[in-house]
Parts: sequence; structure tokens; C-alpha cells
Amino acid sequence: MCNESNGISFDFCSIQGIIGGFLPESLDWLVFLLTAITLSFLVINALVLSTAIYTWFERRVLGRFQARLGPNRWGPFGLLQPIADLLKLISKEDLIPDQADRIVFSIAPVVFLVPVLLVVSVVPLGGDSFLGRLNIGVLFIIAVTGLNTIAIFMAGWASRNKYAMLGAMRGVAMLISYEIPMALAITAILLISGSFALTTIVNSQSVFFALVQPIGFFVFFTASLAEMSRTPFDQIESESELGSGYHTEYSGMKYAIFQLAEFMAPIVTAIIITTLYLGGTRGFDPIPGQLWFVLKVFLLVFLMLWFRATWPRLRIDQIMSFAWKALFGLALFNLVLLTIEVQLLQDGEGKLQTDDLWLMSAINWGIALLIFVMMAVFKSPNRHGINAQVSSTASIGLKLEDK
Amino acid sequence: MMNMYGIGIFKGLWITLKNLVIPGRMFTIHQYPDRKIGPMGLARMSGTNIFNFMLQQPMLFMKSMTGFTSVEDRMDQHPRFRGEEFSWYEQRCTGCASCAKYCPLGIIRIVTSPSGLQVQEGEKYAIDVFDIDIGRCMFCGLCVEACPYDAIHMGSGFEEGRYKRNDLVISVDQLRKSPKKPSAWFRPQLESKKYNPHTDEEVSWRDIGRHEKPTLDDLEEKWVKR
Repeated sequence: MCNESNGISFDFCSIQGIIGGFLPESLDWLVFLLTAITLSFLVINALVLSTAIYTWFERRVLGRFQARLGPNRWGPFGLLQPIADLLKLISKEDLIPDQADRIVFSIAPVVFLVPVLLVVSVVPLGGDSFLGRLNIGVLFIIAVTGLNTIAIFMAGWASRNKYAMLGAMRGVAMLISYEIPMALAITAILLISGSFALTTIVNSQSVFFALVQPIGFFVFFTASLAEMSRTPFDQIESESELGSGYHTEYSGMKYAIFQLAEFMAPIVTAIIITTLYLGGTRGFDPIPGQLWFVLKVFLLVFLMLWFRATWPRLRIDQIMSFAWKALFGLALFNLVLLTIEVQLLQDGEGKLQTDDLWLMSAINWGIALLIFVMMAVFKSPNRHGINAQVSSTASIGLKLEDK
Repeated sequence: MMNMYGIGIFKGLWITLKNLVIPGRMFTIHQYPDRKIGPMGLARMSGTNIFNFMLQQPMLFMKSMTGFTSVEDRMDQHPRFRGEEFSWYEQRCTGCASCAKYCPLGIIRIVTSPSGLQVQEGEKYAIDVFDIDIGRCMFCGLCVEACPYDAIHMGSGFEEGRYKRNDLVISVDQLRKSPKKPSAWFRPQLESKKYNPHTDEEVSWRDIGRHEKPTLDDLEEKWVKR
């Protein structure tokens, strides 16, 4: 599996090479095992640590967005807040409701956390991914993120609590609905790159796919906001209506694992979006690729944070109609558009040159802007008369304001 | 253009971005009871710049760098704030129990005994029991309005939390020892002097009333030696 070495890269093969240097060749299986353990240890710890810092960052920046202070009591600027949170959650009693399905109740947090961790293993962080060149990386991502739905339903069902159940039902409906436009948007990427491997997808992005297919980027970004159930799509765990939804009955470390996975989701989603749409480790020369990667991930995370700070929660019917009426149509349109363009522009071997990608991005941006302006104009409130949409009391207020 | 569908989304984003970027948009927040302070804030408080502060107090500078220094922070209260721990002046009180009669909740209990003092002026009783059940008090201030001798005033404190309900009953000894920093509630004589109980000194019993209280010598002049 590891024949060629491509310089210093942080992947399975290079770590196997290092560990294999200390051990005889007859202990091949031990080298393999040690490499796997080392790698998963490194990945999980890096993710958990970055999540701990991210929780602080999110709460602090969210506070500034909303003109208040975030956590600021522990350490400089409140940097030790994640540790304080962890200590608090560890010291809490681990309650299981009397009527709950004990086994499913206990497994659910782990099932919720594991897919989030698994996804990172196929993402190329400079050179190859941790798992080498997994040639079905995209399929792996789609399959593994689908597990979240089951975990949420397990948690809601096993709690034997009607609010948890309601949250889980909404969650399942929402997550399954949003997986369809997400998968369709990814299909458009596969058309251009011609491969399921994430390494190939990154290498084929001489023009970032966010530029080549803005509609696909919009659809994928919005759908992934919904997939990790973040504001404005946090109907699953709506605190004000359902008492925090599917993890109503959880406490102690189980709750902490749910929170960990939930806070890890933005980072992992940003990593996926960076890989698929923003060129992964590609960038200008003086700055190394890994730094570009971190920068792009940070930008995306900040964008998600900004949305969370600004937009209120949508109703469940609005969320569903947005998935099926807007995103599904847009994703299909994007797919058809790109199919036509790729068919017209590809050369004899089915490859696309950089110039072709630029041409495609120009055409697609034009079409995307046209669509959004048309939507804005044709759905404008003035088109049908604003008074038709508001109640009589509100219209009195409007008239008074007009004068 | 501004009526277009979806423009409001971007307006909201613009507002939150302004919140993030412009520091002045943050509300003035008092972090009760203390707030964390960094080296810059400490230097500003001690009236020097940051480099002088670093040279003068290196230990404090290091401590503030790690974020473990804090300064007291209290919300500014109005002088007329009706706080706990009533300011009570025994010298002015005659034990008439007007406050107890006016109290709508009936939480003031006064027991007096004849003291033989100031017989000519009108009987002044010694106060044996003066219990105020702060735990049930709604701080309406009617007892203060009722007092004909300006002996009882609303207090200025707000940190009188206790673990037991019984501890909230203020006895006469506590009232004697209580800080004589009366709130300016229903006391125009204090407000006209711009008295602020949270910053100013204690007021003696002679200056608190609407009228100057005659001393014992004055009374002797008036009643005994005439």
C-alpha cells in the first residue's frame, strides 16, 4: 500500500514509515496497529482540542456580535472556560430516565460523535489524507454523515420523552430532506473533477469550485448548515419550544459528548466545504498549504458564526419547504447546467482546462446572479401589495408609519 | 430596490457585523461584584502608561497578563434608591410606632417602655424591640413617610442576602449599628443637599431632620429655666 513516498506529509504511510524504522519487518501487523492507534489518537485529540478552543471562540464572538460580553471569568479573556465547563459536566450526575431504553440511550451520544470524527480521516490535509488515497472519499463522507440522523432518532426515541421525541422526528425529517440537495450539489463536483477521491478533487481545482459553481456552493453551504442543525435551522434542538429537543433527558458526560459533537460539527463541515469548494490546501506560494487550509476553515466557521448570531430560527414547515422547493430545484438546475457545460467544453479525454473552468465560472455567476435578482424581484412584497399579507391590526400600524 | 425580497437578511448581517467591529456599540456592562481587568486597564487606573506600570509593579503586571486580577464593580444607584438595612436614628425616635401602624404588611414590631427622658417635651420611650422582617418587606417606604420625627430612613444597601429567613429579621441592635447612610427617598432635605448615600459620609442625627432638633440644653432653657 505504501510504496512511493511523496516527501514529508502527514498521512498513514509516513507514520508507518517512522514506526516501521524501529521494529523488525516480521512484526508488520504490529507496525500497522501502532500506526493506526497513533493516527487516530492524533486526529481525535487535535479535533477535540480545536473544538475546545472553538467553543470559547464561538461564545466570545457570538457575544460581541450581540453587543454583550462572552465568557470572561476564567483565565485571560476567559480562555479556560472550556476546562471549567468540562469539570462541571464531569461532576454532574449521569441520569437515565426510569422508562428509558437504557442501552440505546447510552449508545446514542457515541453514535452521534463517531461520524463527525470519521469524516476527517479522508480529508487531505496537505498531500494525502490520513487514510491515504481513499478513492471513494466523497461517498464515504455522504454515508458517514448520514449516521447522525440515526443517532438523533436513537436519542429521542430512547429518552421516552415527548419533547425529545418531537425534536428527533423533526430532526429526521429535516436531515433526510437536506441530504438530497447536498448529494446533488456534490454530484456536480464529481462531474467536473471526474473522481470520487478527495485528493483528486483538490488537485483538479485550478479554479475553486465555489467560483465555478456558485449555485452549488450556496446549496451545499445551506444544506450543511441544516445538516449540523445550526441556526437558522436549529429546529431539532429548539430550546424555547422543545426544551432543547432530542437531548432533553441527557446529563453529565453524555450531554457533554452531544455538545462536543455539536461544536465539532462546524469545524468538520468547514473542513469538508474547504476541500470540496475552496480548493483545500491550494493557495499562493509563500504561505504553506496547511496554513491556507486553516485560514479557509476559519473563514467558513466565522461565516457560520455570523449567520448564527444574526438570523432567527425558521419554523419547521419553512425549513422543509425551503429544502424541497428552493434547494432541491436549485441543485437539480445546477447539475443540469454543469452537465451541459462539461459536455460542451471537455476535450477528447474528458478533461477540463483552466480556461474552460474560468469560462464556466463566468457563465455560472451570471446565471446565479440572474436567478437571485429574479427571485428578489418576483417575490418582492410590493408585487402583490403589502397589505394583503398582514393582518388588519398590523396594516393600521403600517399606515400610521407611512404618514 | 430596498423592498426586494431577501434584502432584510443582509441588513441583519450588516447590523451584527457593526456590533462586532465597532467597540462603542457594546452596552456599558457592570460585571457585579467584580470585573476582570487587564494590564492596560490597571495602568489606566494607576494613572501611568503601560510601560511605567510594567516597571513599577512587575508581579501585578504578570498576574494581570494571565487574567487573574479583578477590580470591584458596582452598579451606580440613585440617591433615592430604596435599599435594605434601614437607617434608624435612636436619638430622634420617640417610640410612637407610627411606622408599625402604617406598614401595609405589618412586619414592624415595636415594644417600648417608659424611660423618663424628656418628660416636658412629650414622653420619650425607650425602644426595647424594633423588629423589621426584611424578608417580607416590599420596600414601599410608607414607614419612612409616616415617621413624624424623621427617625427612620430607607437604607442604601443591596447586598443583604441571607441563607435563612429568620436572619432577615432586623433587630434593634442591628438597627443601632447599621450604617447611617440614609437613602434620599422621601427626604427632600437630603436631596436638596445633593446627598448621595453610596459615596458620601454618614449623616449625624442632628442634620438629618427637616427641622433642627433642639438639644437638651435648649430644652432646659425653654422649659426648666424660664
